[in-house]
Amino acid sequence: MNGAEAAMAFVERYLLPRSVLAGLVAVLLAFAAGAGLIALIGLDPVHAYASLFEASLGSSNGLAETAIRTVPLALCGIGIALAFRAGVFNVGAEGQLYIGGIAAAWAGTQLAGAPQALVLPAMAVAAAVAGALWSAIAGVLKQRFRADELITTIMLNYIAIYFVGYLLHGPLQDPASPLAQTVRLGAEARLPVVMPGSRLHAGILIVVVVAALAQVYLWRAVEGFRLRAVGQNARAALNAGINVRRMVWTGFLVCGALSGIAGFSEVAGVHRRMIENLSPGFGYTAIIVALLGQTNPIGVLAAAVLFAALQIGSTTMESAAGVPSALTTVIQALVVLFLIAQNALPRRKAKPAGAA
Amino acid sequence: MSVSLTPLAAAAVEMRDIRVQFGAVVANDAVSFTVAPGEIHALLGENGAGKTTLMRVLAGLLQPQAGEIRIDGKPTVISDPQLARRLGIGMVHQHFMLVETLSVAENVSLGLPEVRRWFPKMGEVAQAVEALGARHGLAVKGNALAGELSVAGQQRVEIVKALYRGARILVLDEPTAVLTPQESAALFPVLRSLAEAGTAIVFISHKLHEVMALTDRITVLRRGKVAGTLVTRETNERQIAQLMVGDDVTLPRLSAVARPAAPAVLKATGLTSHDARGVLRLNDVSVRVAEGEIVGVAGVDGNGQQELAEAVVGLLRVEAGSIRIGGREMVGRPIAERIAAGLAHIPEDRHRTAIFERMAVADNIVAEEVGAQRFQRFGLQSRGAIARHAERLVKDFDVRLERISQPIGSLSGGNQQKVVLGRALSRDPKLIVAVQPTRGLDIGATAFLQSQLLARREAGAGVLLISTELDEIMALSDRIVVMFKGAVVGVLARADVTVERLGLLMAGAS
Repeated sequence: MNGAEAAMAFVERYLLPRSVLAGLVAVLLAFAAGAGLIALIGLDPVHAYASLFEASLGSSNGLAETAIRTVPLALCGIGIALAFRAGVFNVGAEGQLYIGGIAAAWAGTQLAGAPQALVLPAMAVAAAVAGALWSAIAGVLKQRFRADELITTIMLNYIAIYFVGYLLHGPLQDPASPLAQTVRLGAEARLPVVMPGSRLHAGILIVVVVAALAQVYLWRAVEGFRLRAVGQNARAALNAGINVRRMVWTGFLVCGALSGIAGFSEVAGVHRRMIENLSPGFGYTAIIVALLGQTNPIGVLAAAVLFAALQIGSTTMESAAGVPSALTTVIQALVVLFLIAQNALPRRKAKPAGAA
Repeated sequence: MSVSLTPLAAAAVEMRDIRVQFGAVVANDAVSFTVAPGEIHALLGENGAGKTTLMRVLAGLLQPQAGEIRIDGKPTVISDPQLARRLGIGMVHQHFMLVETLSVAENVSLGLPEVRRWFPKMGEVAQAVEALGARHGLAVKGNALAGELSVAGQQRVEIVKALYRGARILVLDEPTAVLTPQESAALFPVLRSLAEAGTAIVFISHKLHEVMALTDRITVLRRGKVAGTLVTRETNERQIAQLMVGDDVTLPRLSAVARPAAPAVLKATGLTSHDARGVLRLNDVSVRVAEGEIVGVAGVDGNGQQELAEAVVGLLRVEAGSIRIGGREMVGRPIAERIAAGLAHIPEDRHRTAIFERMAVADNIVAEEVGAQRFQRFGLQSRGAIARHAERLVKDFDVRLERISQPIGSLSGGNQQKVVLGRALSRDPKLIVAVQPTRGLDIGATAFLQSQLLARREAGAGVLLISTELDEIMALSDRIVVMFKGAVVGVLARADVTVERLGLLMAGAS
């Protein structure tokens, strides 16, 4: 068993919540433990959490910010979830997002002045293709040389981030700026705002469509069936005449493409240019999001909303209640620990016939 | 047939009238077995004959329902494996029990109190292990990592481990099954040297020529009973083969509509393949299966039958040769194409290779045909059609379940196998490759499966039946192909089959 297989087995055994309820319980326990930590430093947990959710969910602007944050988490998360379903332990969403971002910015500057109906799709396609190709590097290494994708995708994250850094300091740097960033994109290369008076951009619509399509793909489409079959038992799938290599490729490419589109959405919807620190670890947080969502596209979207709300509210919680914003990172980690703890408990005898 | 024995000395092990019963199955029925110090005693028998059960009793892993065990003449109840070790009983299992990330010395002394819990004396152990090995021609390095050794090297460590722990009675469970012929040849002098030093050795095998070359006496088990105990010098392979198979086998009547002139559904010619270690597994194998014909492939486990099946179904890439299914060349073609051409596969290890445990029974039923027109529209699954098909199959094959949407993993093993069988047969296949189809099935399920295969034959399908159960092969086959060391060593028509000829061919005797 190689690292990716071992990691996959661990994920299936310990990290996937057994039911929606189990996932919710893990989240609630994490918040409860977080409350204990807040009380420990002498502050009021109720006040802290109130200010957190007030900021992220209590106003239209807060909701808009939470939705903006949801976009990259959900896109990467759904990509990771589909890869996991195919038995591919692709943890390279972070790097794929950066590559997608730089490809989108490049396409946007190349097509400056062209009509928006051409520029935006071109940027999205460039980002998706670039992200998928980046992921395909790990795919080739696995399928041809049996290199462990757990290792290669993580290493490729660093290569991607430093490679993008080089481009932003060199060939693609805005000549008018001392900062490592591309030129500001024109209006035709920006995702339109869908909620007047906020920054919320059309990326959220992409997310909703992608989640719906992924859900149908996974549970209704013949191809989705094959993907799940390969992820469950590749040898039996091979025996049943399913093209295992193709489905493994699907796992790599879909994750890369969706993460690339996440990069596109950040560039075209939020920053209006490619910047050096495009992502505060979206691609990594999205792994937890994918697991908490039971690698089910709709579930992943819900988990992404929760984590986005946590992250958006954290700064307000710090300024209003004095609780360090790092607490939200702690809570995210606690969610994982409680998932493991739940799954490590002895299983109750399963009701006959998957009553989950 | 049995030979009265004159013990060479006070027997190291004497097992008398051992009875072990699992539910309705009697695994050991009044089995008596004796090994003297310095003797190499072979325990022979087909799969399921009761060899392993008997040795598990000796190792303290199983308690017999009846019978007596004497160690060095003293009546003993071997209540647990620790006691077995203290009595000097050492086992070398077929699947090695080594911790790969630990050194040889650490493996050998694992759990021994005398090595000390804190700061164990590994240097001394390593030296002792190497000295012990040198005495019997076992080359082992005390500080090497167990996981880095070859299979033969790991086996040497297992033997040294048993000796280091004071084994005077050494049980080797099919030790040559994992070795190349050269490695086997190197093992035998070691075992003889151990025997000369007074160790009692039980050598489990079903390779007759090895048993003839190595052992002093032979006990043959058949269906849980002792079929005979022979002195090796006074017997021959033919006699042993007959004891193993039993001379009481009668051929049940196939409604023998032999159709030798019928067109071939499978025509494999010149199949050749080496495994990852470079051992020749398929040696120019040619097999033909006609419509309405069952061709049995007989042979001792591990003589290429598995590889032949894998090559035909497309799991194994052959280096040379041709495979035609229904007249179409299939070498290099994907499995899906073979299935479309009418191939159905009933694999041996169904749990690992045939079912998707957490997916619904209905999903498992359509897994091989998920892309078929009748189960999809525009790439989306037609749930109604799938459910109707699944319900019908569940009824036809008498699968006991609550509903077809429950995960297949929640069904009993027998019912899972019915799903796999039904999936393969309900497609009206032209060629069925069945590998050990009745292994692990109870009598009722075995009869059901065999009758299904016969029914398919009646309907004109060709069946390639691979089994180590000779009874099964002889009962069902129109023709029998015998494999030995990766090659076809004989093809017998039904009328020409005798147990003797079969046994001799299987043993590689010409």
